[in-house]
Amino acid sequence: MKIHYGTALAAVALVAVHILFRMTQKFGDSLQYQNVIANYHFLPYALMLEVVLILLSVHGFNGLRVILLELKQGVAYERAINYGSIAAMVALVAYGSRTILMAGMGMS
Amino acid sequence: MEVVAVPKASEETISAPTPETKPTTITLRISRFNPSNDATPTFAEFKIPVQKWTTVLEAILYVKQNLDHSIAVRYSCRQASCGSCGMKINGKPSLACYTKISELGSNMVTVEPMNNFPIIRDLAVDFKQLFSDHKKMKPFIIRDDSEVTPESKEFIQTPEDLEKFLQFSYCIKCGLCNSACPTMATDESFIGPQGLAQAYRYVADNRDQGKKDRLKIVDQAHGIWRCHFAGSCSHVCPKGVDPAMAIQLLRGYLMGFRK
Repeated sequence: MKIHYGTALAAVALVAVHILFRMTQKFGDSLQYQNVIANYHFLPYALMLEVVLILLSVHGFNGLRVILLELKQGVAYERAINYGSIAAMVALVAYGSRTILMAGMGMS
Repeated sequence: MEVVAVPKASEETISAPTPETKPTTITLRISRFNPSNDATPTFAEFKIPVQKWTTVLEAILYVKQNLDHSIAVRYSCRQASCGSCGMKINGKPSLACYTKISELGSNMVTVEPMNNFPIIRDLAVDFKQLFSDHKKMKPFIIRDDSEVTPESKEFIQTPEDLEKFLQFSYCIKCGLCNSACPTMATDESFIGPQGLAQAYRYVADNRDQGKKDRLKIVDQAHGIWRCHFAGSCSHVCPKGVDPAMAIQLLRGYLMGFRK
């Protein structure tokens, strides 16, 4: 559960940084294609987005896992939920990382 | 639905009312359920005379002795000390011996077995899980040395040390907190507020050296983190114990905020 609290606090801090970055220009401008791509080309910012992705994936899927474990109990069910949550989390991080990498390398 | 008329005074074997006050008549609805025969619980209704001091337990015993002796109910001390007569009274988990009918403000009193426990029959529920979880918390002082030595015959505690855990030692293991807990309703493996409050009671005791073991026991998949802090456990405790607070304080130990 310490993972859950830790990822939540870290995500709040980093998402706050992300929002502050977005406030450096008008909201409409921040959604312009070239501005969005520019974020991924700026390595520290791209790394921060990667960390946010990992934090939110871990926090979200762990939370979902806990909710599902409270609904029903049983060895097989709990094992399926635990492994299923980890698999879904890894899949989401992999897909998000792919987006960050491709955009960062100009492959989008 | 069974409706039983009030028997004549001559038929009564016990009579709770005294001659000084005129008894009023209320309807007592008792949940009847035998897991080996019945699919769902039904209610039996009884009209019974009560005085302003009549407790729910006395009303049930009146029914049992005069109207229907087959009702299953567990009780013992009749003074909120043994924790045997926990049940849902008009929907709220309460001790039957500690709840006066006049306090309920209704002429219809419904008694049901506690939630979150397997029903043995009628109002009697199975406490096996409660006692098992209680025992898992190692509810005793763990120390390498004995308090009985030639030099020292007791472990000295200051009033402040005692205050940290005193209210939690008042638990009578009646199960009302577990019955009121919404997490226990969905997670049958959850330790429950009773067990967690007892874990805190010993963790907070400065004579005890078993903190590490107990924290390990409560820090598991269906342990302390499953509490949603609804606070129902503290609301229904007849002894003024606050299990919800104990759980938060215990979390403080696990998070490293308390030593």
